Amino acid sequence: MNRSIQLVGAVVIEFENVTKRYPDGTVAVSDLNLTAPAGKITVLVGPSGCGKTTSLRMINRSIELTSGRISVDGDDIMSVGAVQLRRGIGYVIQHGGLFPHQTVLDNIATVPVLLGWGKKKARSRAYELLERVGLPSAFAKRYPAQLSGGQQQRVGVARALAADPPIMLMDEPFSAVDPIVRAGLQDEFLRLQQDIGKTIVLVTHDIDEAIKLGDNIAVFRTGGHLAQVDPPARLLAHPADDFVEGLVGKDRGYRVLSFVPIGDLPAHPVPTVTVGASMADARQAAGDEQWLLVLDADRRPIGWFDTTQPDVTSVEQRALRTVGTTFGGESSMRAALDGALGSPSGQAIRVDGSGAFVGAVSAVEIARHVASLGNVAVGA
Amino acid sequence: MDWDWLTSNRALITDLLTQHVYLALVPVALGLALALPIGFLTARFARLYPPMLAASAVLYSIPSIALFIVFPGILGTQILDPINIVVALTIYAGALLVRSVADGLRSVSDQVRQSATAVGYERWRRVLKIELPIALPFIFAGLRFVTVANISMVSVGALIGIGGLGQLFTDGFQRSFFTPIIVGMVLSVLLALCADIAIVTTQRFLTPWTRAGRTT
Ligand SMILES: Nc1ncnc2c1ncn2[C@@H]1O[C@H](COP(=O)(O)OP(=O)(O)OP(=O)(O)O)[C@@H](O)[C@H]1O
Ligand SMILES: [Mg+2]
Repeated sequence: MNRSIQLVGAVVIEFENVTKRYPDGTVAVSDLNLTAPAGKITVLVGPSGCGKTTSLRMINRSIELTSGRISVDGDDIMSVGAVQLRRGIGYVIQHGGLFPHQTVLDNIATVPVLLGWGKKKARSRAYELLERVGLPSAFAKRYPAQLSGGQQQRVGVARALAADPPIMLMDEPFSAVDPIVRAGLQDEFLRLQQDIGKTIVLVTHDIDEAIKLGDNIAVFRTGGHLAQVDPPARLLAHPADDFVEGLVGKDRGYRVLSFVPIGDLPAHPVPTVTVGASMADARQAAGDEQWLLVLDADRRPIGWFDTTQPDVTSVEQRALRTVGTTFGGESSMRAALDGALGSPSGQAIRVDGSGAFVGAVSAVEIARHVASLGNVAVGA
Repeated sequence: MDWDWLTSNRALITDLLTQHVYLALVPVALGLALALPIGFLTARFARLYPPMLAASAVLYSIPSIALFIVFPGILGTQILDPINIVVALTIYAGALLVRSVADGLRSVSDQVRQSATAVGYERWRRVLKIELPIALPFIFAGLRFVTVANISMVSVGALIGIGGLGQLFTDGFQRSFFTPIIVGMVLSVLLALCADIAIVTTQRFLTPWTRAGRTT
């Protein structure tokens, strides 16, 4: 979860006593005080209608605030022209909000063109970004309708980044794509952010997405009140009140494990055998145990072998069951627990830097170890 | 079919055809020029939309001959002045195109409008570069209809003495002589066809995205 910070060009966004009252009297945001730190992802999360979008859109003055002050890099946003301000802030919404009548290339080049970069420079920049978000350059001439939802989303991100703004605002950017595509886009987005280090404010109603993406999470409750602002680990470990606890869910204890480092989780030996060994060797290695861990020539685990299965004459590839997720010193407790729960033998496999077998640990052992750590484990 | 009549009246036929083109197409251009700002306003202010629809329907339901005859009185023009026809057909064209423009602009999704604003389009530039292009398919559909309708309506003007090719109908009818009627019919059908092809070609050129088939 360590994300590199590039302070170069990254700016802080601050809300000071910001209130938004719509003309019909609805108070969408009331007295909001919030800081989105430079180069970090700040996630706004909360139930529908709690004022997340309103808060986000006040930053680029798409919605004018009623009272209070929003500053970017210390400057009041009201001190710059709205159009000028917006061209320095990337904006991504569901489906990317692409212009249906423009090619992918023209969509991406939008802000450079508006900034008067000149056609050639804007186009070469657009090609660069197309590659950056992982799309083939053959897509440049396509129209948005010819792209899948996930591809449209990437083009939306590319467009937001085209003029290299220090800030990116994202309103439920990944919610219009199916869960598998979404997970992929989220991972890619985190990798991208590691390189670019933008100040990002991202709105979602999905607490899992907030925990996965956020360096900081601002939980809103209805009426535009802030319930809690904290890094994900702390939010899971110490919800401020029942509302936040309800939002992060009953399984927060399990989720918090994502933020607990492996540390000195003890691993024990298990019987092992090299792939291709005879049945006799396997039985001898296993002793009383049902499950035998099968390693390749470099001692990397490749599967579990059930010594009680009939009709097998040697420890061959096709007789193996998956080892599941392995974990190393850099992994989280959750990776270890996932490995144990997903393994046929109930044991998660710990490997070293080269992927070689170190030891095994069961779900019960993990649970005991975590319990012994207490709350300090979360480090928040 | 009297081919001699055709050759000896080439000049007349050309004149009538030119007049027909002028009487049919100038109102389309004027109607569009009127429809763009009015359509823009009705699209922007939701409250104006229903009255606009009603006005458009009412205007369109007035018989053309009535307009042709009423206008000299209103405009102070001569009954034989082609301006009467131009004004009447402009009203029809405008009444219909205003709907096309408004519907086209209303078809622009909130998300597109919102993101255009958010990336830093000034309002006028957003309308010209984003909203109007997206409205084009609607506007072109209106233009096709209006153009063909105008080409056929011009002929009605012949009943009051100015109607382009329509005059060939009245002439042939009065003399029970079929050649001019056939020539008039063929030419107005050809004219409508050419105009339609020209519009469709322009549209294909201006709205390439509408033809881009989905590949995913
Ligand atoms: N233009 C408007 N006029 C009046 N009320 C509005 C307007 N826009 C939003 N609201 C109200 O303000 C409140 C906050 O809306 P907002 O869109 O910020 O919520 P949100 O947290 O983004 O919700 P969602 O998760 O559903 O997108 C809601 O009660 C909404 O009905
Ligand atoms: Mg919202």
